[in-house]
Amino acid sequence: MEEIIQKVKNLSVGFKSQKGHEISILKNITTDIKKGETVGIVGESGSGKSTLALAMMGYVKQGLYKMEGECIFNSSNLLNMNNRELEKIRGRKIAMIPQNAGQSLTPNLKIGYQIDEALKLHTSLNKNDRDKKISELLNKVRLPSPETIALRYPHELSGGQQQRVAVGMALAGNPDLLLLDEPTTGLDVTTQAHVLELLNFIAKDTGTSMVYVSHDLGAIAQVSDRIIVMYSGEIVLEGPTRDILQQPIHPYTYGLLKSIPKLSLAGLPDSMPGSQPQPGTKKKGCSFYDRCNLAEDKCKKNSPDLEYINELKTSVRCFNYKKLIKQKSENQSNIKRNEKNIKVNEILNLTDVSISYAKQKLLDQIFNKITDTNPTVKDINIDINKGETIALVGESGSGKSTILKSIAGLLRTKEGKIKFDKDRVLSNDVKKRNSSDLRAIQLIFQNPDESLNPNHTVEEILAQPLKLYFGLSGEELKQNIIELLEKVRLGKFYMSRYPRQLSGGEKQRVAVARAFAAKPDIILCDEVTSALDVSVQAAVLNLLQKLKEDFGTTYIFVSHDLAVVRAISDRVAVLYQGRLCEIGPSKNVYKFPSHPYTEVLLGAVLEPDPDIKPKLVAEDIVEDKPPEKGCCFQGRCPRFLGDQCKNETPPWQIGDNGNAIRCHINIKDLEKKQNGN
Amino acid sequence: MFFLIIKRILLGLITLIIVSLITFVGTEVLPGDACTTYLEREAYGAALEACYKRLGLDIPAHERYLSWAFSVIQGDFGYSLSGQMPINEVLGPRVKNSMVLASAAIIIGIPIALILGIITALWRDKLPDITISTVTIFAMTIPEFISATLLILIVAIWLEWLPGIVIVPTDVTITELLPNIILPVIAIAMIMTAHMARMVRSSVIQVMASDYVQMAILKGVPYWKMVFKHVLPNALLPAINVVALTIAWLLGGVVVTEVVFNYPGLGRLVIESISNRDLPTVQALAIILASIYVSINLIADLLTLMLNPRLKTLQIRK
Ligand SMILES: Nc1ncnc2c1ncn2[C@@H]1O[C@H](COP(=O)(O)OP(=O)(O)OP(=O)(O)O)[C@@H](O)[C@H]1O
Ligand code: SF4
Ligand code: SF4
Ligand SMILES: [Mg+2]
Repeated sequence: MEEIIQKVKNLSVGFKSQKGHEISILKNITTDIKKGETVGIVGESGSGKSTLALAMMGYVKQGLYKMEGECIFNSSNLLNMNNRELEKIRGRKIAMIPQNAGQSLTPNLKIGYQIDEALKLHTSLNKNDRDKKISELLNKVRLPSPETIALRYPHELSGGQQQRVAVGMALAGNPDLLLLDEPTTGLDVTTQAHVLELLNFIAKDTGTSMVYVSHDLGAIAQVSDRIIVMYSGEIVLEGPTRDILQQPIHPYTYGLLKSIPKLSLAGLPDSMPGSQPQPGTKKKGCSFYDRCNLAEDKCKKNSPDLEYINELKTSVRCFNYKKLIKQKSENQSNIKRNEKNIKVNEILNLTDVSISYAKQKLLDQIFNKITDTNPTVKDINIDINKGETIALVGESGSGKSTILKSIAGLLRTKEGKIKFDKDRVLSNDVKKRNSSDLRAIQLIFQNPDESLNPNHTVEEILAQPLKLYFGLSGEELKQNIIELLEKVRLGKFYMSRYPRQLSGGEKQRVAVARAFAAKPDIILCDEVTSALDVSVQAAVLNLLQKLKEDFGTTYIFVSHDLAVVRAISDRVAVLYQGRLCEIGPSKNVYKFPSHPYTEVLLGAVLEPDPDIKPKLVAEDIVEDKPPEKGCCFQGRCPRFLGDQCKNETPPWQIGDNGNAIRCHINIKDLEKKQNGN
Repeated sequence: MFFLIIKRILLGLITLIIVSLITFVGTEVLPGDACTTYLEREAYGAALEACYKRLGLDIPAHERYLSWAFSVIQGDFGYSLSGQMPINEVLGPRVKNSMVLASAAIIIGIPIALILGIITALWRDKLPDITISTVTIFAMTIPEFISATLLILIVAIWLEWLPGIVIVPTDVTITELLPNIILPVIAIAMIMTAHMARMVRSSVIQVMASDYVQMAILKGVPYWKMVFKHVLPNALLPAINVVALTIAWLLGGVVVTEVVFNYPGLGRLVIESISNRDLPTVQALAIILASIYVSINLIADLLTLMLNPRLKTLQIRK
């Protein structure tokens, strides 16, 4: 029998509603964490993952309270301890690595101080030994020159470095148990892959048990030995990682896996209908009943128990799990994209576009002198065909959103032209564009919470563009609004709702409907699914694809998620530091990535399969400025050639399969090398 | 950083120049001038002529402004009309008296505000918060002239503990002044303290809810150490500017309070010189009040700049 380090028994956590009802957000959770194992807790937003992880430290967020149950650590119940006793355990025996390290490091204290604080609290080392230990810890999390890092403030580090500091700080007290709440969410793909690799190394090296909380099955698959799937505050499935991912025997997990877009598959992921019930709204029966395609009458009346199945070593909460045992989560996507709509008719041309955020000095402005020789975005040439979906990908800071803003006219270009409909040059100032140009190009933003006016009803939100561009009113206006809502699969009763009364997915649908209200030719989508849960993301992607096929709209789709881009786009442009690296048909770029940067990016993508490991070919350094001359990727390129890459701007080369890249190495050689890998 | 400081100082100076221009132009376009208002019905012939000469009103306006501005820079505000003596001599003791009043209010008000703000935030929604918050919200809503009058009524007239009205010569020494200022200080400090306490409260509450404070708790940092190391520095930083604004705004409160208590400070002088149409003094007062306003905000900006690690390093790096 393995040693159990933390035992969660019948834990329920909840809050009192304003009417005095007790509403539970964790229901009767029982599980063990064994010594040396890494447990992944996965579930959609609001499923109670963070609440569970925090309870394992004896911490219950303000506003919540423990209703029942215990969290036993070292044979004492953390949830009954007073602050004094907890201070002795927190940081020393159990440590936490928070979701957003950037916000979890105190801004006015130096990195070294914050680690020293943990060491002072949890070890008996003297000043000298502590200083040594700080360097040692920073070294362990692979930060360059620990001595100088220790003297910096949190804001002087990049996101990945902050996350490493947080890991180092958590290791200060040599904890037996490490809790990680979404430690890589919000990091770039390459950084994320590096941090996960570091965590794997630390788990092996120190034998610490870990609890890894994430909504991202890809990340969970890479680190955990065992997975717990949560839905609406309950454990619905628990078992060894490989079994859960390869044979998910709970309908929710099955659907979740199917809704994740995968790098290796063309086509859109399957979506799951509906969304998770809000805490307090559930009646009797299985909490997944409304969304389940295996649901039967008995599911409505009785709630299934978590049942341990011996031969699978898995616990599942479902009456019908047997139906899923044989059915392997087949690697086939059902929904194919229709590419017939694409015409060879160019609708938007970007020619030599450069964009600079640097403020021009007044004098230089007057004489129209160009001062910034190294603008944020430079030399962008893309011709976009009518009806195609072109995606811009790259890490944060690669200028994706900047380019979109310029196309929309919200940001002035510094050089170059943006031409619409072959020959009309669009003004680079949105105020100077005429109404039909404004109508033709619409934007959908990442966060619908910020882009929808919270004081307007859905009806008012949708009426605005209809009135503005088509002068509709009265019954006709109303009819149009209802039609729009139907198109985004929302009923007409949504008209009177305010954004706060909608779920994340519904809000994004309203934003999509608003964009389509203008009957645009081009829609600019800026990270439109990043804030959504995977099952909702799949639904929005399917909706966007359907609308595009109906209307022949052109999409320019910006995303950091390469698998999403793979699913939705016809063509993809890879950007690094505001410069184009590679552009070509998606299927070829993904199958034969030629540019070294594309190779690095694709290698770092995490697949929800423990057998596919990311390939880390380049360091995850963050550059804050593009190099003055030479190739933009020289600082991180694994195939760096030396002086040539440093000094000469690489030429465009076009490969046999239609990919165009910008690199000094011959494209044929690159293709060969990468297939050899 | 250095350039930023220079820039702020320059901006402050420009503000002052604009204020001086506006007051100068303002007094210039008013019907009549200093001499006609001062001499009233005798404003003709030789007397008027002599007055013009004495005040230098016979030269063109822009030259007058320049020479006036030049002597102001050297610290000379010219002659007051009513008192017939150098404005500097009129102002000196008044400035001192008002400073005593304002500094006493600040010295007492700021620490109390900090303590109340922190207590209410840390014991949020508990008894200490509920009582203190009720009192501060109440104090915030009463204007000075009412609280001052009430204070006189209760403390001076009913209880007869302290003098209700300050009857001292303008050039009293500070020790003589002290017992007299207790009531005015309370009247001024009340609103200001209440405002600042509310501000500090919300700022501390916001920081207490931040991820890094949660992290410090989970790291095992003892409660009070967490409050002093992780919470207060971050919570009080944004409060600096608000404190500065409150102090600047206190100037207005000082004017009202001084009048109610008949206190020989700048505030009363403002009212007096306006009703006497003593234009040179009004100009001088405008400049002085504006400089106080500008310098308080300047100091707050510089403090924030110096204390905020984010701004500090950013500027040095660049
Ligand atoms: N202080 C609180 N008062 C009331 N409800 C709360 C409180 N904190 C969290 N909840 C609710 O509890 C549920 C679970 O929250 P929790 O933060 O554990 O979710 P999560 O699975 O970590 O989600 P995410 O992926 O968004 O981080 C949510 O429905 C949330 O709205
Ligand atoms: S119990 Fe019924 S409703 Fe619940 S997941 Fe299983 S089949 Fe679906
Ligand atoms: S040009 Fe040089 S640095 Fe740039 S991608 Fe090619 S090999 Fe790498
Ligand atoms: Mg969470």
